[in-house]
Amino acid sequence: MGLFILRRFGVMLLTALCLTFIVFFLTNLYPNLEKLAKTQGNQRMSDEQVQTWLDNRGYSEPLLTKYGRWLGVVPGFTKTLNDGQFVGSCVRPGVTQEETPRFCGIAQGDWGYSTRFKADVDEIIWKRLGNTLYLMMWVMILMVPSALLVGVLAGMREGSRTDRSLSTFSILSTATPEYVSGVIFIAVFTSSTVGLKWFKGTATQAMEEPTFENFFLPVLTIALYGMGYIARMTRASMTEVMTAQYIRTARLKGVSFPNIVIKHALRNALIAPFTVIMLQFPWLLNGVVIVESLFNYKGFGWVLVEAAGNNDIQLLLAVSVVSVFVVLITQLISDIGYVYLNPRIRIS
Amino acid sequence: MEPLGTFEIIIRVLYQLSSVWIALLLLFALSIAFKRRLGLYGKLFDSPIGMIGFGLVMFWVFVGIFGAMDLIITHDPLSQVSGMKNKLPGTPLAGAEQGEYAWYLLGGDNLARDVFSRVIKGAWIVVQIAPLATLFAFMVGITLGLPAGYYGGRLDTFLSFLANLILAFPVILLFYLLVTPEIVATGLPTMMAIVLFMFPIIFLGVLLNSRYRTQPAFRTPLLIGVLGFALWLYLALISEGGYLVRSIPGLPSVLDPFDIPGGILVVFVSVVFVNSPTVFRIVRGLAMDIKTRDYVAAAQTRGEGPWYIMLWEILPNARGPLIVDFCLRIGYTTILLGTLGFFGLGLPPESPDWGSTINEGRKLLSIYLHPALPPALALLSLVLGLNLLADGLREESLKD
Repeated sequence: MGLFILRRFGVMLLTALCLTFIVFFLTNLYPNLEKLAKTQGNQRMSDEQVQTWLDNRGYSEPLLTKYGRWLGVVPGFTKTLNDGQFVGSCVRPGVTQEETPRFCGIAQGDWGYSTRFKADVDEIIWKRLGNTLYLMMWVMILMVPSALLVGVLAGMREGSRTDRSLSTFSILSTATPEYVSGVIFIAVFTSSTVGLKWFKGTATQAMEEPTFENFFLPVLTIALYGMGYIARMTRASMTEVMTAQYIRTARLKGVSFPNIVIKHALRNALIAPFTVIMLQFPWLLNGVVIVESLFNYKGFGWVLVEAAGNNDIQLLLAVSVVSVFVVLITQLISDIGYVYLNPRIRIS
Repeated sequence: MEPLGTFEIIIRVLYQLSSVWIALLLLFALSIAFKRRLGLYGKLFDSPIGMIGFGLVMFWVFVGIFGAMDLIITHDPLSQVSGMKNKLPGTPLAGAEQGEYAWYLLGGDNLARDVFSRVIKGAWIVVQIAPLATLFAFMVGITLGLPAGYYGGRLDTFLSFLANLILAFPVILLFYLLVTPEIVATGLPTMMAIVLFMFPIIFLGVLLNSRYRTQPAFRTPLLIGVLGFALWLYLALISEGGYLVRSIPGLPSVLDPFDIPGGILVVFVSVVFVNSPTVFRIVRGLAMDIKTRDYVAAAQTRGEGPWYIMLWEILPNARGPLIVDFCLRIGYTTILLGTLGFFGLGLPPESPDWGSTINEGRKLLSIYLHPALPPALALLSLVLGLNLLADGLREESLKD
């Protein structure tokens, strides 16, 4: 088991390296750099001015050097301009030339400096990630129990009327992406035309003081899309378990139906959905980006949109590192959990 | 003129769609009449869920096709009519001329364009791109997944690592990185198109060659014909303004009859790129399972080549799950296209596709509902139809 986890970690690191390099390559293509220069300098820069701007900030060096710098294995870029100003990739406002470190990359724990927000990247990421984790937490609290409930109730008696209607509900919810359900919810529950002003259409205030009124709709929107899938998986695994021999035996013994479901079937039926729930995390990330733009909630997804829109290279890299690790770690947990939960695999 | 009432709007919308109803009726009547001779497709009409799903999907397909032929739309989806900004459904056109449709059936959006016509036109964009992109993703996934599952070993490890690499990327981040005007300017999407669009040709070539290898007299002309046509399509697809065709000396630019705008190409390529690793994993898993069967061993003993076994023994036997996944994946691609439109990536801002329209409509959602809701409901019903269709297909294919 230890070796297995170690190997998975190796693969994870390799994947993260490859992916950050791809992001690095894409953000450092010349048109993107030109866009960065023009948004940071001014829109009417001539081609030569753009070139000087990039030269002075170390953007026009070879790709591998720049990537090494970001990793912290190549010394940072430094240059003294004609007017005596000291510039470089490790220079931060308020830090003197002597104090500026030679290396500044993730190996040194420095995630870089955001050109969009004019602040340290790790600061921004932590702050926004906190907002998003809070959102995710409530999504999980709402989504997982209700999805399992729907799945178990539907799978309990296959083909019954409950099964039909709950299955239709789960298909409907998988067919409704967040931007559709979000728009419908906002239209129905917040607009002045329908008149049901139950909730608020934006979650901007939810960042400071989340209340049911301003926070429920975003949570519901994300939860609903993921719910259908988990519910269908639970239903499939539940129907399979309900046809197993030991359930028949329990029935013939005269165990009551609720007891069969809770004591015999449920435990075995919940192994498969566990994997699915873990693998839903990466998809939640998608939903988070959509819902955060839709409800104007400034979290991780909002940072992603801002960073990508302004070609903020170092922020974008940090965002991709975080999201890639979320994906890979959830995969790891789902693999380990699957082995742990399933006695047949655990013992052999 | 008076504004139309709700009942009248419904009647008029239904009337505008009459060509769709006729086509749907014909299709269903014919299919049900001959359902015993139509294989899996015919069996679909035994399950009510499958029939509802198929009906919904075909409804939007016909709406897309007839909409593109200008049979349904009442106004030009891009033209703005003064005085119609954000007007409610059924508002009569101020100063309508002779021969012009006198109402905005579903109202006007915030640029005073007809919502009804835009939704109809948007269907055509989805109906065009989603199935085709899914098909391409399947070709890529099958061409790489079959050998990975069949041979295993290093090839499998390498290809699986690549697939997992792409899958570990959050889709939205990938879209934000790939689908921008800056990236289009670098020509990267064209490069990706050159690589990705090659797979269908390889697939076709290997498919036919492995089957007819033993009859060269039949194979050679067939291959020349099919691959020639495919290559021509390939060149026409990837070259813009005869760019690639002309760069190969001796080829006239007549070979490039149609151009795909850079914006559409990049959307298409990234959707294929995002979908193919999942297809790869499914095909690989199926191939690994099926290669242990007796009929594969029989073919190996007969001395059939590996590609014959993969494409003519394994693939047909994996068709059930693949067809079901194909339907689900078209739905997923539709959602992805909507996401792209929602974030304003790739497609031009005035484009009537559903995602862009939802994005535009949501800004004024608390005051005006009518611009955002029709495209949202349209997208919902199409994806729902595809999911139901996949469910029906799964049910019916399990009955055998």
